[in-house]
Amino acid sequence: MTRPLIAVLDYGIGNLRSAQKSLERMGADARLTADAGLIADAAGVVLPGVGAFGPCMAALCDTGLDKQARIAVADGRPFLGICIGLQLLYEGSEEAPGIAGLGVLPGTVQLLPGNVKRPQMQWNRLEVRTPSPLLEGLDGAWVYFVHSYAAPMADNVAAVCDYGGPVAGVVGDGNVWATQFHPEKSARPGLRLLENFVDQARAAVVGA
Amino acid sequence: MTASAAVPSNARVIPCLDVDAGRVVKGVNFVDLTDAGDPVELAARYDQQGADEVVFLDITASSDRRETTVELVHRTAEEVFIPFTIGGGIRTVDDARRLLRAGADKVSVNTAAVNRPELVSEIADEFGSQCAVASIDARRTNGGAFPFEVFTHGGRTPTGIDAIEYAIKVTELGAGEILLTSMDRDGTRDGFDLELTRAVVEVTNVPVIASGGVGTLDHLVEGVVEGRADAVLAASIFHFREHTVAEAKSHMAAAGIPIRPADA
Repeated sequence: MTRPLIAVLDYGIGNLRSAQKSLERMGADARLTADAGLIADAAGVVLPGVGAFGPCMAALCDTGLDKQARIAVADGRPFLGICIGLQLLYEGSEEAPGIAGLGVLPGTVQLLPGNVKRPQMQWNRLEVRTPSPLLEGLDGAWVYFVHSYAAPMADNVAAVCDYGGPVAGVVGDGNVWATQFHPEKSARPGLRLLENFVDQARAAVVGA
Repeated sequence: MTASAAVPSNARVIPCLDVDAGRVVKGVNFVDLTDAGDPVELAARYDQQGADEVVFLDITASSDRRETTVELVHRTAEEVFIPFTIGGGIRTVDDARRLLRAGADKVSVNTAAVNRPELVSEIADEFGSQCAVASIDARRTNGGAFPFEVFTHGGRTPTGIDAIEYAIKVTELGAGEILLTSMDRDGTRDGFDLELTRAVVEVTNVPVIASGGVGTLDHLVEGVVEGRADAVLAASIFHFREHTVAEAKSHMAAAGIPIRPADA
């Protein structure tokens, strides 16, 4: 089986290496990169991330990866955002008023509602609402969340967790997907999701 | 956002690996150390057993060994697919950056943050609160001006600082989590200092990891139910295979604690 090239966008923030290593484990030729040429050649693109919306968006723009991310999405290539990488896909966030996100997905990221501890820092169960190849094997799986803000509850929310009410765990449709939890830190179920993503990237290359 | 939030978190079980020169050690009150193996191999085993996270504490952290620690983090990121924290000898944002870039999810700061609390906010501002863990080693004062005192340098050096006040301070500075160790209990196997744990939980909004003194699986239950900790940390009961992480989690679940099953 071929090892599809997956570009893991490296915008210089904290731990991005775990995402790269877990994708490699699941059969990808995963590269941590900010190189436009390499990203253009990739079968799939991953926007990982930890940290706050404002500094991460600034780092993304400083490295020019905001453009590369938009291009990859527009190309129709399999695209996966992780954690803050999910939130950056939206138009903005309550965490950083006035700072524009990538605007790939509609709406604004919001503070976790209700009387809950913030951040949600725990393992929680996923409930798949819209089955898809990416989420195969993930219904009922326990995955690791660390976040204080969450995607708006809309039709594109494909899986939720319960944290004082339903909270978006996975969003997306078409070629653009994102997880609020960290698949690279979610043991077997997380690796399964990444494997599903690598499979899609591989299929996209074959289908091209 | 209060410590008495309506929705309790699912408890986390966190094996702790004390590391010296790339090998796991676990001491009794931090002296008389016994070698218990390769940290990466142990961490991967805990991942397989259903551990929710792993913590590495580099207990010597002399500067000439710093590269050994980075290398350890590097290897761990390739073998371990649950969150892991590294602490010990982190004095600057650059120290933190090196470890996070190598693949650590969180860094815990202890002595350096007591000496210069702004280190916590510097790390939180640069990398986010979620990776800034404030590690607090505390002892009872037994009748002093305040009940618990912060100690540094692996629990050897008294600071005259009120541990409860300090917990509030580091939270305000942006710590995303508190790793709270009772130095009175560490290595004793007598159970957590539940009063200490509860006192810190009550004054902070961020998750608190109870540490120091676990000798039985019931101690883990007590830490969550009576100490109200979000997570429980233990070392020797896991390292010497007295109990697996899976046994610990089954025991906690049987006691009614919400927790990710080990076989999930």
